Amino acid sequence: MSAAAPTRDLTPRRPAPDAAEATPRRRAIGRPSPWVYVLAAIVVFFTLLPVLVGVIGGFRTNAQLAENPAGWPDPWVFDNYLNVLQGSQFWRYTLNSVAIATMSTVLVVVCGIMAAYPLARYQFRGREGLFTIFVMGLLFPATVAVIPLFIITTRELHLGNTWAGIALPQAAFALPLTVVILRPFLQAIPKELEEAAMLDGTGRIGFFWRILLPLSRPGMVTVGVLAFVGSWNAYLLPLLLLQGDMRTLPLGVADFSSEHASDTAGVFAFTTLSMIPALIFFLTAQKQIVGGLQGAVKG
Amino acid sequence: MTTADSAPGAPSAQVPPLEAALNARAASRRGRRRGGVDVRTALEVTLFVAPALVLMAVFIVWPVLRAVQWSFFRWKGYGPLEDFVGLRNYVSVLTSEVFQGAVLHNLIIVVASIAIQLPLGLLIALLLNRRIRGRAALRTIIFVPYVLAEVIAGVVWVQLLQPQYGIIDQWLGALGLPSPEQGWLGTPDLALSTVIVVLSWKYLGMAVILLLAGMQGVPDELSEAAQIDGASYWRTQWHITFPLLGPTMRTWAFLSMIGSLQLFDMVWILTKGGPANATTTMATFLLTEGQRRSNYGIASAASVVLFVVALVLALLYQRFILSRDNTVDRPAKTPRPRRSTPKAVTA
Repeated sequence: MSAAAPTRDLTPRRPAPDAAEATPRRRAIGRPSPWVYVLAAIVVFFTLLPVLVGVIGGFRTNAQLAENPAGWPDPWVFDNYLNVLQGSQFWRYTLNSVAIATMSTVLVVVCGIMAAYPLARYQFRGREGLFTIFVMGLLFPATVAVIPLFIITTRELHLGNTWAGIALPQAAFALPLTVVILRPFLQAIPKELEEAAMLDGTGRIGFFWRILLPLSRPGMVTVGVLAFVGSWNAYLLPLLLLQGDMRTLPLGVADFSSEHASDTAGVFAFTTLSMIPALIFFLTAQKQIVGGLQGAVKG
Repeated sequence: MTTADSAPGAPSAQVPPLEAALNARAASRRGRRRGGVDVRTALEVTLFVAPALVLMAVFIVWPVLRAVQWSFFRWKGYGPLEDFVGLRNYVSVLTSEVFQGAVLHNLIIVVASIAIQLPLGLLIALLLNRRIRGRAALRTIIFVPYVLAEVIAGVVWVQLLQPQYGIIDQWLGALGLPSPEQGWLGTPDLALSTVIVVLSWKYLGMAVILLLAGMQGVPDELSEAAQIDGASYWRTQWHITFPLLGPTMRTWAFLSMIGSLQLFDMVWILTKGGPANATTTMATFLLTEGQRRSNYGIASAASVVLFVVALVLALLYQRFILSRDNTVDRPAKTPRPRRSTPKAVTA
């Protein structure tokens, strides 16, 4: 990203403070004041509060929750979690979520890297125009197309209530961002490598297959993780297209919480268990998720 | 596998590989191949780009075109499209008080999200940018809400916000503070603000992570120099770090705005747009019309309006705010300072 010359804000509005006024204010960088830790504790508290209430609430009974919603489990009850884990619903929803997110991710990564390759490394007329099509795709949120998508996938493609019916549109809507992230990534691979491969008699397809793909693994992992998280958390399209046993976890959680509205402890247990896959995935892929988001902003 | 050199029509067809490579390089320097149409290149490009384009054509372009088409018809979702009503769907969407309210709610959410998350995000990013113990763990924790599905986070918040029996009302009661009788989400005047608080909880982590990345692009020398000159910690941040974070803040705000305009999941879980339409958004409006009432014409018109609103705001933002980052040495309206200012690349 180009540097905006921050013209105005850098000039002090008041004259610089006297030397006398400013002597001992240098902060020892290694030792921040205790207030910093207080602030950090507050932030952690509010960030984790809902998650912790869910986790702990799952270990209590509805009677305990009604008596004091903020209390500690006394005694600890495991029935709520066991009920969810022993029932078939939770596993069924998890399977659907895994299958749909995997299909969508594979599609996005494969189609995305293929499309990004010529856009990054070929010289041809209309290349920028072609790239603009992908950039334009960023402007169309799934929300705008969701009603026709519902009709098209169910009636014309006969993919209503199937994994593919969700995974295909999700992949399509994830592709623009994927191509926009991957193109600069592929452009950054040194030209010399390509020339060396050409000298050795490898064609451009061979170069793509044998050199570019292995080298662009970090980029593919990043876009793959973003696509997976996006699909895993999606609600609107599954809400329209999936019913019964085909529902994904978010849909399942939402329906469970309205069907069992009086069973607060059960809702907590179900919700907590649904958070776990996402949290594990996040902890293992943290670098890629954060890196990908930062990359998207760098543009 | 054949090599690129043997491609018919390629300028390098009959030359040895080394020269071919050099030619290709020269051609790329010129930016475009000379000589007739390179059939092989065209074929390869088509092969590589086709799957992505087909997916996007079938699942983005086609539905969007259908939405535009349906927006001119009265259609309940079955039978042929024959009841052409011209712009009447648009008129009824734009004059509907519920939709006007929805647009207003979307705009309020756009502004409030930025106004709440930017200062908080800056503060927390500054905190995490210092060498404090447990910094890595803090960074992970702050990002947890962002990773959870909106739906799942929303379901937990609904429980926390239960009138009287929810943990929030209990704690407020313990502090001697009153809570609304209908609950935070059930009182029309409070529902939108409550939704905004939950959204801020969910998306603050994103702002923090991006701002933090921007801060790491600010060279330490600048703050050190300022501190040696006697500037206090906050002065240093205000005059050096924050201005240099400009591009990051503007890009983050853009993403936040686009997200707020499309908001659906969280509202649907928390309030379904209620009570008394106090929290409808454009997305909940079009879903209610389309799914619940089968007014596909109206829903389509609403989605076209949603698209246009988002597009116009995006273009305006691009034109007036993001453009600062793209033109490096535009003659600025504000007078340039006399003394040399450090120009550092942020983000």
